[in-house]
Amino acid sequence: MIGSLTRIFFAEWRKLRRPTLLLGTMGAVAFFSVLVSSLLFLLIDSPQGNGDRGVRITREMLSLSSGSTQAFTSIGNLLGIIALCVFAAQTAQEYSLGTLRNLLVRQPGRIRLLIGKLASMKAFAVIMTLVGAVISIGVSYALAGSKDVSTELWFNSDGRLEIAQTLLNVFISILGFGIIGMVLGILFRSPISSISLGVLWLLIVENIVGAVKASTLEWLPGSQLATVAAGGTETISYTHALSLSGIYVGVALVIATVLFTKRDVAN
Amino acid sequence: MPQLAISVSDLSKKYDSGFAVSHTNFQVPAGTICGFVGPNGAGKTTTIRMLLGLISPSGGTGRILGEPITSPEKYLSQVGAMIEGPAFYPALSGAENLKVLATLGGFPLERVDQLLAQVGLADRGKSKYKTYSLGMKQRLGIAAALLPNPKLLILDEPTNGLDPEGIQEIRQLLRSLADNGTTVFVSSHLLSELEIISEYLVMLRKGEVVFAGPMQDLFDAQQPFMLVKTENKGDLEKIIALAESAGHKAHIRDGVAHIEGPAEWAGVLNKLAFEAGILLTQLSPQLPNLEETFFEMTGDQK
Repeated sequence: MIGSLTRIFFAEWRKLRRPTLLLGTMGAVAFFSVLVSSLLFLLIDSPQGNGDRGVRITREMLSLSSGSTQAFTSIGNLLGIIALCVFAAQTAQEYSLGTLRNLLVRQPGRIRLLIGKLASMKAFAVIMTLVGAVISIGVSYALAGSKDVSTELWFNSDGRLEIAQTLLNVFISILGFGIIGMVLGILFRSPISSISLGVLWLLIVENIVGAVKASTLEWLPGSQLATVAAGGTETISYTHALSLSGIYVGVALVIATVLFTKRDVAN
Repeated sequence: MPQLAISVSDLSKKYDSGFAVSHTNFQVPAGTICGFVGPNGAGKTTTIRMLLGLISPSGGTGRILGEPITSPEKYLSQVGAMIEGPAFYPALSGAENLKVLATLGGFPLERVDQLLAQVGLADRGKSKYKTYSLGMKQRLGIAAALLPNPKLLILDEPTNGLDPEGIQEIRQLLRSLADNGTTVFVSSHLLSELEIISEYLVMLRKGEVVFAGPMQDLFDAQQPFMLVKTENKGDLEKIIALAESAGHKAHIRDGVAHIEGPAEWAGVLNKLAFEAGILLTQLSPQLPNLEETFFEMTGDQK
């Protein structure tokens, strides 16, 4: 069992590590990390605010032990959407290219195949998280001096704990988005359909619904995962977001497992 | 009784639109090359997918290498397959695509280079799959099927897209595999190729087996026939009428009259045609061949 899972993990990793996918994804992660982190510091004196949706994040706030990860928490949502696209494409392409039949002939244990693929994509999500964190914290550190933001508390024991907690929260969030992408890939069996529906829901539908009735944000899946990445918000507690995200992701995984194991592979 | 590589009994697959495969029964002895033929939509690919555990049967049973098809994990490590043409990741090289499958199946990665050389892709192994021609893709699919050093090789249209030289190479490859004990179950529309290499045959029509057994048994059961062409194409119908009035089955296909009967009867037909004022431009007695028999048995008349 462990041997076959390891083989599935590394077989999937061969696909994930291809330069166009790996470098392309990490390039996107780097781009958003640099962009969001730079804006946070460069717009620190802007009356329009320097955070998400016009929120002002002051020098004092950035000088706290959580200052180093302030930018990184803000990009959690964007990294999640990147993960959703990658996981959805990697899963759906097995159907659209017809390669799933090859995989199942070589590894007929369907649940095992799903677990192995998910484990490999988790590893990909870990790399995304680490790359995003290193770049975001690095850019924040580089810009902090020029904007009179003290970094004294960033790397003391509290600061390091903040970094570890944020890394974990963003990783959980990215993984949640990714699993939703994987489920969409299994459901729609087409990379374009699964990615467009996932992105449409998370970036447009949830924002419109949330703007019309703010209380719905407490229940929408994308909002919960973004809240987990941020470690909780003023309106949604971390525990609530984490529990509800777990339920959404769990239900999605059950649906995906049933579909993946029971559905005929006829293409 | 010979050891069986494939054995299916009452195997069926039913969709909302009806049976794709209906109560199929056939057996393939180990170590033989078995042709699997049928018109488009006859249920060949559905049958192959059931044998490989990709589709669950609606009814019936099957065994591959002695194991039930409900437990594909027990036999698939000894089975190589290419179903409905090659399917690989376009952005990966041919070699990398094979390495994905070798890793997954736990086969040594060294086999990848050996197989690429075996199918004539040694110098293109590092090229991306999306740059391959149809023939090269087909060769890569065959290489992937050979990864496990299979006891049973199931190939769906393996010569599709290959040039005559490539077809001959694949024929020789399949022959040498069978000579070394591998059972080859091959579906193809190139009936003349199957006739050359196959010892066994399974023929499907509308989801049902119309013949399953040694190729020679099929030919032995068929009548010899003759091909007849007339100077005036309109006279073909008259030739058919003459043959039928003499008790011989006859029909026209592709502008040629096909008349059942032994070679000796050709002289009689020639005389009858002469007396009826019909000038024959061709009168050639034929032994049954797979193509003729296929059309006869599947009713797939052009």
